[in-house]
Amino acid sequence: MAGTTRRVLVLFAHPALEKSRVNRVLIDGLRDVDGLTLHDLYEVYPDFGIDVTREQALLLDHEIIVFHHPMFWYSTPAILKEWQDLVLEHGWAYGSEGKALVGKLWLSAITTGGREVAYGSQGHNGYTIRELLRPLEQTARLCGMDFLPPFAVHGTHGMRPDEIRKHAADYRRLLLGLRDDRVDLERARTLGRLNADLDSILAS
Amino acid sequence: MHGQGFFFQAFVYLAAAVVAVPIAKRLGLGSVLGYLIAGMVIGPFGLGLIGAEGEDVMHFAEFGVVMMLFLIGLELRPALLWRMRGPILGTGGLQVGITTVVLAAIGAAAGLPWQTSVAVGMTLALSSTAIVLQTLNEKGLMPTDAGQTSFAVLLFQDIAVIPMLALMPLLAVGSAGDPGDKAHGAEAGVHATTWVEGLPPWEQTLVVLLAVAVIVIAGRYLLRPVFRVIAGTRMRELFTATALLLIISIALLMTQVGLSPALGTFLAGVVLANSEYRHELESEIDPFKGLLLAVFFIAVGASVDFELIQARPQLVLGIVGTLMAVKFAVLFGLGRAFRMGLDQNFLFAFVLSQGGEFAFVLFSFASQNTVIPDDVTAPLIAAVAVSMALTPVLMLINEKLIQPRFGTREIADRAPDEIHAGSPVIIAGFGRFGSIVGRFLRANGVRPTVLEYDSDRVELLRKLGLDVFYGDASRKDLLEAAGAQRARLLIIAVEDHERALALVETAQRHFPDLTILARAAGRPEAYELLDRGVEHVYRETLDTSLRTGVDALRLLGRRAHQAHRAARTFQRHDEESVHELGRMRHDRKAYLSAARERIQSLEELLLTEIEGPTTERDAGWDTDSLRGEYGGTAGQ
Repeated sequence: MAGTTRRVLVLFAHPALEKSRVNRVLIDGLRDVDGLTLHDLYEVYPDFGIDVTREQALLLDHEIIVFHHPMFWYSTPAILKEWQDLVLEHGWAYGSEGKALVGKLWLSAITTGGREVAYGSQGHNGYTIRELLRPLEQTARLCGMDFLPPFAVHGTHGMRPDEIRKHAADYRRLLLGLRDDRVDLERARTLGRLNADLDSILAS
Repeated sequence: MHGQGFFFQAFVYLAAAVVAVPIAKRLGLGSVLGYLIAGMVIGPFGLGLIGAEGEDVMHFAEFGVVMMLFLIGLELRPALLWRMRGPILGTGGLQVGITTVVLAAIGAAAGLPWQTSVAVGMTLALSSTAIVLQTLNEKGLMPTDAGQTSFAVLLFQDIAVIPMLALMPLLAVGSAGDPGDKAHGAEAGVHATTWVEGLPPWEQTLVVLLAVAVIVIAGRYLLRPVFRVIAGTRMRELFTATALLLIISIALLMTQVGLSPALGTFLAGVVLANSEYRHELESEIDPFKGLLLAVFFIAVGASVDFELIQARPQLVLGIVGTLMAVKFAVLFGLGRAFRMGLDQNFLFAFVLSQGGEFAFVLFSFASQNTVIPDDVTAPLIAAVAVSMALTPVLMLINEKLIQPRFGTREIADRAPDEIHAGSPVIIAGFGRFGSIVGRFLRANGVRPTVLEYDSDRVELLRKLGLDVFYGDASRKDLLEAAGAQRARLLIIAVEDHERALALVETAQRHFPDLTILARAAGRPEAYELLDRGVEHVYRETLDTSLRTGVDALRLLGRRAHQAHRAARTFQRHDEESVHELGRMRHDRKAYLSAARERIQSLEELLLTEIEGPTTERDAGWDTDSLRGEYGGTAGQ
């Protein structure tokens, strides 16, 4: 399955990137990747004036769609919700006529301030990250997209610089792997988050 | 014109101008000095290519002054003129009054009869509108405090000529000449007996008021429909002819009622300042004005009587020195009294310190009325001509020697590196527009370096603790001193479009790494900036107008968010169309006038709006298609 390359679209949403420690490093590692489009939504649409035509064209142009954002109230930052509301039109993304996104891969890349133990029936967040992503997973399914387990970076609040750099390297490896079709998707689907065991799903 | 004929005359004048002015400009002397020198060279005391008929030419060319006043009037809306009434009556009145008294006293002390002294004093109190305004305009100094006050003083002098002419016969020493020979008509090259002579004073006043009323009312209600019809013929030369006809008829009317033609056309200009034909009139009249003034300056240069100067150098130069010293002192004192900044005060006093073209008229009138004997007027006229020729030189001295010393706010004096090392932003112009940009940047921790042309405003902003510096931002050395080498952004917020373009040119040539953000009054200005490769162009009124539109929609009952989004889309389309139409307009034939181009642009604009989408896509919020597919059984 290796050899073909697919184009990756990273829809990145962070309303205050200048205050970010982790996300900034994560996306900095992507800037020079061929075949990857980094689309910084808050930078392109500072007033939420999302250009639906342009966004749909971008989606058609890529096979792998990454929703990259910090977890805000168990969901996406506001602009990404606005983006879903406006871009995923009935008759285009879903509905009997809406087949534009069928077969594309959906990857959520998420950062959380809380540690991983906080996410689960015993933690104070009550649910696992995969459970909390259900609305997005169902959105992907309604559009006929292939929803992968998330790439999740937990515990960003107390994270050391070397740990951040490790996560950035992992993120880059994963996206390069997806681009070059070197990811064992069957095995990937069994993981709670893809970066729990990246080596096992990436063919070298 | 006699001798070699009209064409040879025209050849001599034009050739002199074409050769002398570029040289003068290259040497930094300004065009006025170039014309004057050209006149001296070709004049009877130089190469002798033009002779005594130079004086006739001068009287004819004085019509350029009339046109200039018309153009100035066009720039000056009535409200603005009303706001200037203080400087006109106050500064102008005091200048003429005090200068007349002082010069008359000197004349009397020199042994002239008191009547002659008064006549000489008031004649010499007047300055040269043509030289002063041309010089100020060329250097872009009109909007400054000194420029505005100078203009006010000149306006008062223009009005003061009328009572002076009336007074002249009363000062006759010998037997009175014919007071009906209103030689001041010569100012416009119009020699005619007037309608008002022989009428009692109150009837004369009535006629004058009537004439003014005619100009105002005709300007308001008659001229616009006339211009509309003429413009409708789409024949450019007809519009030009109408514009010239307008000016000449006003000049005639004014002469008939005994008023200065320049004053009348000025008034007509003010009345038309609010009309939609303002720019078109400006562009039609401007070349005529420029040419006539050029001929006028050449004629002044040619009329400098070097023979007399050679024969009696002490006398003529003594008069020149006294005249200019007295005028300078009075002006400088007035500037002080009216709290003008020091550098502005120097400019004000230097620029108005010469004798004016009215002096030629008044002196010839005075000698006809035997107020001043010919042997007195001859050196005086020579002195006035010399003082006029000296004005550009004085301006140069002021600029190069005095301003750097006393104009303490010139940025070049400072150590720029220390003051604003590393400010990434330079803002040129700190008026209505630039000040908001500057305040916003400061509120966000960016301290811009500000360049401002109006020194009084600089003073005020300095007191408020801003990094504001005085100077013409389109000068390369000033930009350099302001740190253009290290800055990243240059925000051009000056109001005057021509200066903005000059600034763009300087910045692009010398500091290509600077990113330019430029203010534009409207679309035509935006087009020109885009033509020059400026990417970031901001039309002054776009955002505010749209906000007004949004509020209007809301008051009509639209939802706020919908109105807001509609405005956002509109703005995006509008910006795109500026780029698009900006390119398209190059295809259009060059002879299309500016006004017609504007109308056509608007037409194209309205058409593209009908074709293109004007609302933002929001089908995702719309349930119509869902209801269509799921028939109300709720799908999502």
